[in-house]
Amino acid sequence: MGNVLTIIFQRLALGLLTLLIVSVVIFVAVNLLPGDFAQSILGQAATPEAVASIRRDLGLDQPMVTRYFDWLGGALRGDFGSSFARANFASFSGTNSGATTVAEQIAPLFANTMFLAMVTAAIAVPFAIILGILAALYRNSVFDRATNIFTLSSISSPEFFLAYILILFFAVLNPIFPSLSTIFDDMSFSERLEKSMLPALTLTLVVTAHMMRMTRAAIINLLASSYIEMARLKGLSPMRVIVIHALPNALAPIINVIALNLAYLITGVVVVEVVFVYPGIGQLFVDSVKIRDIPVVQACCLIFATAFILLNLTADIMSILSNPRLRHPK
Amino acid sequence: MIFGIVIALVGMAALAWGFRFAGQAITGNTPRFRDMPFGVAYGYVLGVLLLAWLVWAYIQGRSADPLIANKFFFLRIAVEGFLIFAVAAWLFRLLGRSVGTAWSRKMFRSMPLTASFGILTILIYATFAIFAGLIAPYGQEQILPGVAANIVPGGDPALGGDPAFLFGTDQIGRDILSRLIYGAQNTVGIAFATTVLAFLLGGTFGFLAATLGGWLDQVLSRMVDVLMAIPSLIFALLLMTIASVWAPQLGIPLTVFMVVIIAVIDSTRVYRLARAVGQNIVVMDYIEAAKLRGEGLGYLVFKEILPNATAPLLAEFGLRFCFVFLTIAALSFLGVGIQPPLADWGTMVRDLGGFVNYAQFAPLAATAPLLAAGAIALLTVAVNFVVDWMLHRSSGLKE
Repeated sequence: MGNVLTIIFQRLALGLLTLLIVSVVIFVAVNLLPGDFAQSILGQAATPEAVASIRRDLGLDQPMVTRYFDWLGGALRGDFGSSFARANFASFSGTNSGATTVAEQIAPLFANTMFLAMVTAAIAVPFAIILGILAALYRNSVFDRATNIFTLSSISSPEFFLAYILILFFAVLNPIFPSLSTIFDDMSFSERLEKSMLPALTLTLVVTAHMMRMTRAAIINLLASSYIEMARLKGLSPMRVIVIHALPNALAPIINVIALNLAYLITGVVVVEVVFVYPGIGQLFVDSVKIRDIPVVQACCLIFATAFILLNLTADIMSILSNPRLRHPK
Repeated sequence: MIFGIVIALVGMAALAWGFRFAGQAITGNTPRFRDMPFGVAYGYVLGVLLLAWLVWAYIQGRSADPLIANKFFFLRIAVEGFLIFAVAAWLFRLLGRSVGTAWSRKMFRSMPLTASFGILTILIYATFAIFAGLIAPYGQEQILPGVAANIVPGGDPALGGDPAFLFGTDQIGRDILSRLIYGAQNTVGIAFATTVLAFLLGGTFGFLAATLGGWLDQVLSRMVDVLMAIPSLIFALLLMTIASVWAPQLGIPLTVFMVVIIAVIDSTRVYRLARAVGQNIVVMDYIEAAKLRGEGLGYLVFKEILPNATAPLLAEFGLRFCFVFLTIAALSFLGVGIQPPLADWGTMVRDLGGFVNYAQFAPLAATAPLLAAGAIALLTVAVNFVVDWMLHRSSGLKE
């Protein structure tokens, strides 16, 4: 067992290292911006004194390395600095009400996005596995071919196309779900669920296809092995052979692909949140990109990258744990 | 509603049982019905009911009452479109089987309908993209004087259309049909150029890393690892933010930046594949022989490795094109991709998207954004079908 722990620690350390380098990449990329933030905040009204004072306030007069470690240290404590847009607004209105720090702004939206991702996963994972098992069971039948065409089409469609199709059929023509996902903090769980149903269904369509195809492929790969033939010769029903005998051994690749697809959800969520005006971190990210609110863009990027790396790491560790051959490397 | 679904499920279970029993009784207990699992019988019933519902919905879509007809308008279009495409693909395959060289005839004989649909669609898109200037009735940026904005597609004056603008006009009075056709040139052309650039970058470095190995391989591979640890769309958005500040200062169009950024991000995936494929080839005896002959690096890469890596790289090119195309569409949809006044499908969907909400009363008005989004989806689906078939053929997977 000690062996496994070492491997997991190695992977964790590698993941942390990757994250560190990614944070450097994000920081350097943002610092490639021409001019500086102080000037862009003040715009045409920039006097040298005002620019200098803002530079001092935001710490822009420090060398880049110092600023990087300040930013990283802050980010580790959950302090991503203050949003330029909000700070600007606060200085104009003269009040300091509302959330001006990036962390305060992101926290509720992050919770919303996690909620959406979890609803999606709760629908998509069982759906994909059941479809995959059925497609493996009735392989090369009309059902298999129809699912193949359907899933291939839904992987290849852009997210906004699927989103508009769902809006068209389930919000406009048959008003079952709302087409706009306005979510407030004091909403009940069932209300939240109803409002986030269409975005969740869109994301489900996007990720199910890949998971289902992998499930089918993993099971079919195993069907040629001799122990499956043995089970079949015993006279077990095809369903029992697949669910009891093949599925547990196919679990490693399936878990792997599920984790990878949840990681994919993170990028898919951006477009879907914009279509449905879902108040999540993806929407915030796109808005900040448009108004060049650098601290928010940096923070969102770092959060997305962290989630992505974590899920990839989980996939890695899961596949080691479920595969004895990887658990005891030569 | 949940109650209704439960009743329907139970009813179908009863129907499935009845279907199997009837089959056994009528055919004198042939193995087909005797050994049929309940799940299969259920599947048949479900399929037949689904088909019956589609036929019913199609007839509803043709009904004289506009309220009912509107509700099923899109299903009607979908069914008609599906049938037309299926027939066109079948005819195209028939044509391919009787015309052309022996090689192409043989290829068409073993081709599934999905692949022939894919090839036909790609050919149509290529035609539109190359001859957009000749086919399109108006210019892509042309704001026609005296033409109203937001003319409804369909060309029926009674419904707010105009026969001169079959697909209607957009929010500032540009012809949507022309913009859709020019979109083929801009969106597909830019995506194609980006993919080619990504392959040049990723392929070159991947093969170099595979042949030379050593520290070059290590440095390149670790760099690629880091770049791949950031989700691609997020990274592209971050870099586009920075590029949008630089572009006006340097006087270079933002679209050029976008092509380079997406090409670099996607070249990491190409690099991985090219390196893996290259490493498998480098250990072959004929490479050893070429090295002993004293051939240079260029000869090894272009004359020995590249020809043997074409099949996997070609399939990857199709898939990569789809990813690049979808990324560009997503960026444009978010408003940071291909910039106006260039006609582009992603931007069109964003601009016209609100019309989907009028589908209940004016279904034709809602078709405009769906046409642009559908144009994107159709091409990626087509490319995917062709790639799927190519992979199936080259791997010899027949199960």
